[in-house]
Amino acid sequence: MLRIDCPCCGVRDHSEFRYGGDATAERPAHDNPDLDAWYRYVYVRANPKGLHREFWQHVLGCRQWLVVERDTVTHSIHSVNFSRRQRA
Amino acid sequence: MSRYSVFSLLRHAATGNRGWQRAWRAASPKASYDVVIIGGGGHGLATAFYLAENHGIRNVAVLEKGYIGGGNVGRNTTVIRSNYLLDGNTQFYEFSMKLWEGMSAALNFNVMFSQRGQLVTAHSADQLDTFSHRANVMRSNGIDAEILDRDAVRKLVPYLDFSDTARFPIHGAIFQGRAGTARHDAVAWGYARGASGHGVDIIEGCEVTDFVRQGDRIVGVETTRGRIGAGRVGLAVAGHTSVLAQKAGLELPIESHLLQAFVTEPVKPLVDHVVAYGADHFYLSQSDKGGLVFGGNLDGYNSYSQRGNTGVLREVCEAAIALMPNISRLRLLRHWGGIMDMTPDASPIISLTPVDGLYLNGGWCYGGFKATPASGWCFAEMLATGETPALIRGYGLGRFRSGHMIDEAGAGPFAWLQ
Ligand SMILES: Cc1cc2nc3c(=O)[nH]c(=O)nc-3n(C[C@H](O)[C@H](O)[C@H](O)COP(=O)(O)OP(=O)(O)OC[C@H]3O[C@@H](n4cnc5c(N)ncnc54)[C@H](O)[C@@H]3O)c2cc1C
Ligand SMILES: [Zn+2]
Repeated sequence: MLRIDCPCCGVRDHSEFRYGGDATAERPAHDNPDLDAWYRYVYVRANPKGLHREFWQHVLGCRQWLVVERDTVTHSIHSVNFSRRQRA
Repeated sequence: MSRYSVFSLLRHAATGNRGWQRAWRAASPKASYDVVIIGGGGHGLATAFYLAENHGIRNVAVLEKGYIGGGNVGRNTTVIRSNYLLDGNTQFYEFSMKLWEGMSAALNFNVMFSQRGQLVTAHSADQLDTFSHRANVMRSNGIDAEILDRDAVRKLVPYLDFSDTARFPIHGAIFQGRAGTARHDAVAWGYARGASGHGVDIIEGCEVTDFVRQGDRIVGVETTRGRIGAGRVGLAVAGHTSVLAQKAGLELPIESHLLQAFVTEPVKPLVDHVVAYGADHFYLSQSDKGGLVFGGNLDGYNSYSQRGNTGVLREVCEAAIALMPNISRLRLLRHWGGIMDMTPDASPIISLTPVDGLYLNGGWCYGGFKATPASGWCFAEMLATGETPALIRGYGLGRFRSGHMIDEAGAGPFAWLQ
């Protein structure tokens, strides 16, 4: 079990969270007509072997969306932050 | 390469089984090859075999960083079926099924292909309707499929939970009699032996670390055993597709995820078919040793770790005993994991790429074992001709940009939900 240190609720099993995928994909502006930008946002992933910035939502806790930095090889977690602050 | 036959068995038995030869040569890398295939899994080895067998291209190397059979080809649960709904998949997987049916003879190697039949249980009238739709698509493509009602399912697999207290009562099932299992190691070994017999160099302990370029074209690879030149390079590294593609400057719609498999202690014959649970993610079959081999969902987050999470173990076991309460007391012998390259539609990518000289075979997700022969067949044709065979036109890299996904699960572009 991964243990995620939620900045709101403290350390919890990852089974309390919902995974939200790669947090580095850039969402184009809503009125951006560039197909390529949308293709990259929806589909293309860096898929790193190593540190990965990813979304998790604490659905069975505070329900906040978090950005977690996790190593995809060792699963060690390097940082956990509220996603709203990260993305400001 | 000496042929295996009942006579060779008898001859070796009479001489104490001391004279058996290695199944394939332990080759050292040459300076260059017409085709270099990266990854000695099922797909890489099958590709090499068919390059030689179907196209007469024998100056070929398969480069494997570990040992043959150490990747997903030796980690999967060996279910083989051709019950796909969507155009492109339906025909491709049936072509693969036909190759499975002739594989042991074609390779002169017993892959223990066992067409024991696979059923997926339905738990409502609506679910059975969608299965009927699938069965109709299969039958109109010449593929065997049957729809079973509750009584017929009960006759076939009486050990499932047919009681009044079943969590999700069984309403019926879809059944494919030609589906089954094979011995996965034998598939890797059989293709390796067949390819090696045709002159292909199978080079184990040889990790590709980078590509060699001449202008815009890839003309070789850097490896832990030195530089190797290549007329064409075929990439078939399963869960590590992104890692290598990145070195070639190729961006892909792929995420690496972990899938686990489980096996119980051996018991007497109990499960004659492959059984899949339609109400949750769980499926099982019984190995020839007697262990119940089963699996379920992905671990659910990007992973290159090759070891599974206990949360999934619990979920899968819960599903297992909801369908088969009689196995609740069995002990689990082992569980293991494999890293898979998940695509946004859970369908594979066999494709030309924007990088000259580089050809891509990947994105096999959790279902690529059954595809091994057809994938090797088609990828070999692509590497030989430089063109896309008609059968795999739907599997191009461009389909995501153009909106022509083949999304069997209808899960949308979230690799971990596929
Ligand atoms: C637990 C589990 C259960 C599964 N169950 C089923 C099933 O029931 N039915 C089904 O059809 N499919 C199943 N699959 C999927 C199937 O196993 C895979 O889709 C398929 O095996 C992938 O192709 P492969 O055999 O070529 O991969 P692999 O055997 O993984 O081959 C890729 C090879 O590339 C090598 N490699 C990686 N990087 C490098 C490098 N830099 N240089 C050199 N070599 C490199 C690796 O070491 C590896 O040996 C399952 C998968 C898993 C993990
Ligand atoms: Zn919280």
